[in-house]
Amino acid sequence: MRFLPCGDVGLLVEVDDLRAVLALDRAVRGARWPEVVDVVPAARTVLLHVAPGTDLTALERVIRAVELTDVGRADGPVVEVDVVYDGPDLDEVAELTGLTVAQVVTAHTGRRWRVAFGGFAPGFAYLVDGDPRLEVPRRAEPRTRVPAGAVGLAGAFSGIYPRVSPGGWQLLGRTAVVLWDVDRDPPALLRPGASVQFRAVSG
Amino acid sequence: MIEVVEVGPLALVQDLGRPGFAALGVGASGAADRAALRLGNRLLANPEGAAAVEVLGGSFALRADVHHLLALTGAPTRAEVDGVPVGHHAVLALRPGQVLRLGVPTVGLRTYVAVRGGLDVPRVLGSSAHDTLSRLGPPPLALGDVLAVGPQPLLAPLVDVAPVALPPAGTVVLHVRLGPRADWLADPGRLGAREWTVSAHSDRVGLRLEGEPLGWAPGAGELPSEGVVRGAVQVPPGGAPVVFGADHPVTGGYPVAAVVLDADTDRLAQLRPGQGVRLRLVR
Repeated sequence: MRFLPCGDVGLLVEVDDLRAVLALDRAVRGARWPEVVDVVPAARTVLLHVAPGTDLTALERVIRAVELTDVGRADGPVVEVDVVYDGPDLDEVAELTGLTVAQVVTAHTGRRWRVAFGGFAPGFAYLVDGDPRLEVPRRAEPRTRVPAGAVGLAGAFSGIYPRVSPGGWQLLGRTAVVLWDVDRDPPALLRPGASVQFRAVSG
Repeated sequence: MIEVVEVGPLALVQDLGRPGFAALGVGASGAADRAALRLGNRLLANPEGAAAVEVLGGSFALRADVHHLLALTGAPTRAEVDGVPVGHHAVLALRPGQVLRLGVPTVGLRTYVAVRGGLDVPRVLGSSAHDTLSRLGPPPLALGDVLAVGPQPLLAPLVDVAPVALPPAGTVVLHVRLGPRADWLADPGRLGAREWTVSAHSDRVGLRLEGEPLGWAPGAGELPSEGVVRGAVQVPPGGAPVVFGADHPVTGGYPVAAVVLDADTDRLAQLRPGQGVRLRLVR
């Protein structure tokens, strides 16, 4: 565990891998320290936003003493997401992975993905624990406009764009599910701990 | 209620934001100059996080339907009630039908118009703040908008003028602490070695600094996205730093070489394009 300085109201903790991120994120949230205003898990780090005046050295000591337990399998609800696999990057993903297009679809739908954390935009969820053969780099040139509902891959992650935005993920297909609705409680469809089961449907 | 009768470049409803939802991809947002928002509310004996109007670049006017007490804080402008000048950092009264009109800021960029009782606008995730990045919260104010005002607080205003400094006009010094990714720069010390200029391409998301670009250390690879704070000084491959503001993204994919100390982040909100900035490195 590495502690990186982040001004006087932040503390960035770098760990070895995503499972350690999820374990630390859960431990920090569970502790409900009043000084901690927000927690931001990411691929290799957990950022703690803290209240002004917080003693960061003391906080670091407390975090070092926290017992981390592996988060185990996703224990939240399973969200089924119907996807029309007609994305513009299907052929490129097939080429990058050495699979056929049909095998890419089978691999993407063949395992339950786990919602690791959010970020990027309201309702966006980074999905992990998919088929390792689907690990592909981001596109060299990001698109200026990715439509809402686009389903993509980047690195070891899969994700669904909640709304129109620029983006560099490799696009496999599209879904009609609404990921973010402020009039819904909670507004995000995919929350940490939930799982996603993609299903191939015809457009 | 108050009615918006003139809008300049941008007027937003802001409070102290909605921290706590970063894992859903939602940033805290809230007033860009939180000290100014708090001061306006304290002058009116409101809770200090009550919603108020954040006026960018002045040229804003509103009409009262009933008697209201208001306060102007942040960037000072010529301000008049039915043509009669009123003070800054001070409590002012509007009678039914009277119009408060703001000119253009003489220094600074953002003026706060607080109303006793606070603006009563719908909340999203516990806050009335408009987040320009995620487009949450009440939309930017438009001509003819009518804003409800909350109930009168129990306490009466006890101070009528606050002797508080105005935003500075010249070069501004911001205190920064190196890290978390200072080692990604070839020479992190150069951040503090020169004067930067605020770019016109600055907004609530980030303040862009112009100057001689900073080089990355040789061999720098690709950084996985990680959480960022308000005041983070991010250095993209081009080398021109961006200082994140109130509506910064929850995570960022370029190295953050330094972070502006929290007490100085409000001053970011009042920096004008072309204004000079020095980053003073502190431990």
